[in-house]
Amino acid sequence: MTEMTKLDPKALLADVTEFLWLEADMLDRKAYGDWLDLWLTEGLYILPIGDGEDYENQLNLCYDDDKMRRNRIDRFNRGFSISSAPAADTVRTVSRIVIDSAEGDLIKLRAAEHLIEDKFGRQRIWAADLQYTLRVTGDGFKIERKIAKLLNSDGMLNSFSYLF
Amino acid sequence: MSLDTPKFSDLDALYDVENAKVATEMYEDPTLFQEEMERIFKKTWVWVAHESEFPDKGSFKLSQVGLDPVIVVRDRKGKIHCMVNRCRHRAATVCEVKKGKTSSFQCPYHGWGYGLDGSLRAVPYPEQYGDDFDKSQHGMLKLRTESHEGMVFATFNEDAEPLVDFLGPEVCRYMTLFMKQGGGFPVKVLGEHQFSVPMNWKVQLENTTDAYHFPIVHKSFMQTLDEKTEDLFAFMEKNEGWVEDLGNGHSIMMMMPEREDLDACLDDPIEPRFEWLAEEIRKEGYSEEQVKKIVLAVGGPGFNMNLFPNVSFSLSFFRVLTPVAVDKTEIRHMALGMDGGPAIANRTRLRLHEHFQGPMGFGSPDDAEVWERVQRGTRGGEELPILVNRGIVDEEPGVMGPRGHVSSETGMRAAYQMWKRMMDKEA
Ligand code: FES
Ligand SMILES: [Fe+2]
Repeated sequence: MTEMTKLDPKALLADVTEFLWLEADMLDRKAYGDWLDLWLTEGLYILPIGDGEDYENQLNLCYDDDKMRRNRIDRFNRGFSISSAPAADTVRTVSRIVIDSAEGDLIKLRAAEHLIEDKFGRQRIWAADLQYTLRVTGDGFKIERKIAKLLNSDGMLNSFSYLF
Repeated sequence: MSLDTPKFSDLDALYDVENAKVATEMYEDPTLFQEEMERIFKKTWVWVAHESEFPDKGSFKLSQVGLDPVIVVRDRKGKIHCMVNRCRHRAATVCEVKKGKTSSFQCPYHGWGYGLDGSLRAVPYPEQYGDDFDKSQHGMLKLRTESHEGMVFATFNEDAEPLVDFLGPEVCRYMTLFMKQGGGFPVKVLGEHQFSVPMNWKVQLENTTDAYHFPIVHKSFMQTLDEKTEDLFAFMEKNEGWVEDLGNGHSIMMMMPEREDLDACLDDPIEPRFEWLAEEIRKEGYSEEQVKKIVLAVGGPGFNMNLFPNVSFSLSFFRVLTPVAVDKTEIRHMALGMDGGPAIANRTRLRLHEHFQGPMGFGSPDDAEVWERVQRGTRGGEELPILVNRGIVDEEPGVMGPRGHVSSETGMRAAYQMWKRMMDKEA
């Protein structure tokens, strides 16, 4: 995979697309253990509010380092959280993938995500702009940073029992 | 609905004070909701902003008083105004920017211009209105506005008592204690989480001083805390706290009495969970006393206070409710920090806020779920009452009203009594 990233932009796009689709499928199936394995330990998973980019010094919907990510998944899995027992079902599509840069083992890309949730017989629809920083490792792509910016991140939301 | 179910004209059937029973219609009746908007939200003081949200001359924010969208703004002299966001010509909203700074408001439709105090300043091509058109009669609809401890309230009611009288002495005292989480700096709103819940607004009104739900609903949050912090939140077991009716529908839930007054805790050792933080702040050159004060402030005070009808002070954030429809309520959780305080301390506050609050917090989604469950549950068994009688058995007199066990429903009873007072047409 390492060679491909340097050589062929089309092949790289196919590779990252496959990776994003696998991730989307994991999230819809709530295969969170597998999802955690996609991350580098130093990785950050952020859902910001509004247009600010100083994520560390602003209020976000979530700002997860490795520990918070694991706690979050634990909370989903252990069955004590009423909002995730059961959680809403989701079906999502990730598309409009644009690779911003690919240098060495570092890939920066953007994508669109559409998600529909279903719970209590009602469906809600969400759209997010995704930004990824991926590392190419001997073990495939790993996520160093994922920012999921909801279209109405600074507007009135609902509570989420799943991930974007 | 059967004919013998209580109608809202029968207030005693809607809230039975003696037995502390709430009728199902209280969450379900759209006509009652309209009445509440008129008799409560158009009549009493409603929280609209914190002063730090629009700190400068000309800065404003959009807010809501009941169903009325309003603009809260500071004029050139620093005076705060609140007016309905509606042009006096043909009703267009004059501002759709949530927060910002301006020298005037101009309606986008035909260009009527308003000053920061809402007065009509300019009308394009005025000739067709004739000579006796009186601009002073066409200013934006203003609300009375008063502040206390940086909290800005507005009311449509010219005859409402002064804000501090509505709050009462105990609420004012606790507000001052709450603001000590500025750690010696002014308290500043750092951001807000917003989510809407399919529930009646009173379901939220009940919740801020409801300790009974905490160990159940927030078990999954507690599980992510270290032991010492978990112990801090074990107020149900420790049984040292209380809930007290503070008058006019307001109430306080003192969960950690040892943290009532942060200034009285300055001799306490620094909590282990914040030792690393203390070290970081020391490195920035703060004195040991300041370090302690700031670290205590990061942890926040030990109580929730609920103000009737729409704002509460909850440990370390403000919770604001906005009724939208009989079964829809918008919630805002505003994160607070220290204006000018160490960045690391504010960062820590932000991370703590994200941990519990908001659409992806470890606490709020579970709250939202059970609130929605209440609304769903009241679709059945309409004749059954909702019980808010917990703890009535061992209540004792407090400073302003009854005081009960930390998990008693004293706060809800306080709110419903005020509700009843305000809904009473005769009063
Ligand atoms: S509606 Fe505002 S100027 Fe006409
Ligand atoms: Fe709660």
